Amino acid sequence: MSILVDKNTKLLVQGLTGREGSFHAARCMEYGTNLVAGVTPGRGGTIWEDKVPVFDTVSQAVDETGANVALIFVPAAFAADAILESTDAGIPLIACITEGIPVMEMVKVKKYLEDKSTKLIGPNCPGLISPEGKAKIGIMPGNIHTPGRVGVVSRSGTLTYEAVNQLTELGIGQSTCVGIGGDPIVGSSFVDILELFNNDPDTDAIVLIGEIGGTKEQEAAEYIRKNVDKPVVGLIVGTTAPPGRRMGHAGAIITGSAGTAEEKVRSLIEAGVSIAPSPAEIGVTVQKVLT
Amino acid sequence: MKVHEYQAKAILSQFGIPVPDGGVASTSQEVNDIIENLGGSGVVKAQIHAGGRGMAGGVKVVGSAEEAATIAGELLGAKLVTHQTGPEGAPVDNVLIEKTLSVSKEYYLAIVIDGSTKSPVIMASEAGGMDIEEVAAKTPERIIRVNVDSIVGLQPFQCRALAYGINIPNDLIRSASTLIANLYRVFEAKDCSLAEINPLAVTEDGQLLALDAKLNFDDDALFRHPDLVALRDPSQEDPLEVEASKFGINYVKLDGDVGCMVNGAGLAMATMDSISMADAMPANFLDVGGGATEEQVSQAFSILLADPQVKRILVNVFGGILRCDVAARGIVAACKETEIRIPIVVRMLGTNADEGKEILAGSGLTISLVKDLKEAASVIKESAS
Repeated sequence: MSILVDKNTKLLVQGLTGREGSFHAARCMEYGTNLVAGVTPGRGGTIWEDKVPVFDTVSQAVDETGANVALIFVPAAFAADAILESTDAGIPLIACITEGIPVMEMVKVKKYLEDKSTKLIGPNCPGLISPEGKAKIGIMPGNIHTPGRVGVVSRSGTLTYEAVNQLTELGIGQSTCVGIGGDPIVGSSFVDILELFNNDPDTDAIVLIGEIGGTKEQEAAEYIRKNVDKPVVGLIVGTTAPPGRRMGHAGAIITGSAGTAEEKVRSLIEAGVSIAPSPAEIGVTVQKVLT
Repeated sequence: MKVHEYQAKAILSQFGIPVPDGGVASTSQEVNDIIENLGGSGVVKAQIHAGGRGMAGGVKVVGSAEEAATIAGELLGAKLVTHQTGPEGAPVDNVLIEKTLSVSKEYYLAIVIDGSTKSPVIMASEAGGMDIEEVAAKTPERIIRVNVDSIVGLQPFQCRALAYGINIPNDLIRSASTLIANLYRVFEAKDCSLAEINPLAVTEDGQLLALDAKLNFDDDALFRHPDLVALRDPSQEDPLEVEASKFGINYVKLDGDVGCMVNGAGLAMATMDSISMADAMPANFLDVGGGATEEQVSQAFSILLADPQVKRILVNVFGGILRCDVAARGIVAACKETEIRIPIVVRMLGTNADEGKEILAGSGLTISLVKDLKEAASVIKESAS
């Protein structure tokens, strides 16, 4: 099957009536996702595109439609509030696409989520997709994915598409692909997603795509070493990045030796992960570990 | 975003943190006025964004107005090269002139976001005035850390623990605790990514003050701090990076000769890595962004063409929100505006890739189209010879 989202997903989009929200919600529906509600304060009672009811608050939307996943397209200045609203309404899974949320706001959101059962994916991420269950919760191009048994977890957007495309071209399908986001503080970590893939009977192998900055990949390596028996293929990008400079993602800044690509690759190899020799060879490396 | 020392100290001062008496000058008249006010002596500090100023001759103690004028005259308008600026150096448009103080002991104090605990962490050390990265590497036990619960906020006991922990003299514990609390207020109120006082000094007459200060701000929070945006000094940044930021393009100048333009930060890093695996070096990091317009792509491409170090270009677009035909039109538009002709290698995939390739093929420009990253790398490798 898959992790986190599947055919039972009932999607709610926060910011549905905005330009981005509207565009991507339509793509999610085309893919087959069950979009049940939108939330835009002030637009409650209207119907989006003659198809989907819009509510003023998340809790109204949940009461009326039973929505169980929230996808956020709210501008950066209001996105932390949107995450907290869906958490407060008891939604079990939130994916926040928004890029550029101030770090201090995410520090508080993270703290608030600590004792809640809600899982947050992102922010600053492409979302997640389970091809078999036709659940696309995000901005990734749906057509490059194909149902199968490899789980993909990544800090990046387009690089994840690159990896998925290589897999699909080799005839290797995906159970679920999760982009956890490029910010220094994100809701779900590599470890959270690895644990789900490890426990999913329908995931046979895992692809982990990391980058420079922080120590998230080392934490992932430690978890893999202790808990994961399924084959894991890894790629770390940013070998050529100079220290102290932000490579697009706010999280991709090398500060101290732990943040370097070399250090991350070393700890993943020690954990038994097969490292793709180059970004062009993610697919073939997965093919090797599966045979 | 970074600011100058004098700007950082002005902010600290607004939040009740003592700093040395002094003033900032950009002319010899101003230098003279400030040094007279300080009683004829002081320390002259070049204002640039990079560290390592002392070793590079950017910080000088002066004993008279004449000496101050000579030193300031040498610094103002010149470029200061430190180990952090690169060989081109950074322009000195201002000097900060401060009263000289008799310092009895120097400490280190800083606040950053701790990625592992996802909370602000205050770091303090008795080993002040030194390179803190070196202290952290060689004698980590000399740095104490206190994490702040972002919902409860920094507590007085934590400030005391830090002050006692670095052996602040007993009669100054209270003022040190207040100073730490005030620095945290700065960190929170101004959305800092770094708030650092190094050294935090105790003078022989028992005063505690910030001898040097550095504030960096969270770029993502600048939308709510117009006062901070006004402090930005583009002369301290790479001109191409300043140009790119005007168009919302993520660009970082590097040393190689292969210009690259990519959509998405992760794929951009992967593309740079592929270039270096092909025995070449990237000239830049450039993420044109997820939902780029034709104009943004064209601006981004023009920035690559404007860099004299760029001898060939690799474009890698995985069309999603950014359609490949939009990217192709942007590239063609940028090339038509300049006479510069260098080898261009393009890899396009995803939304409207075929249309994009047709536009490039029919443009009359010499562009090598490649199907994947592997082929892109081998074409780049060949183009060097």
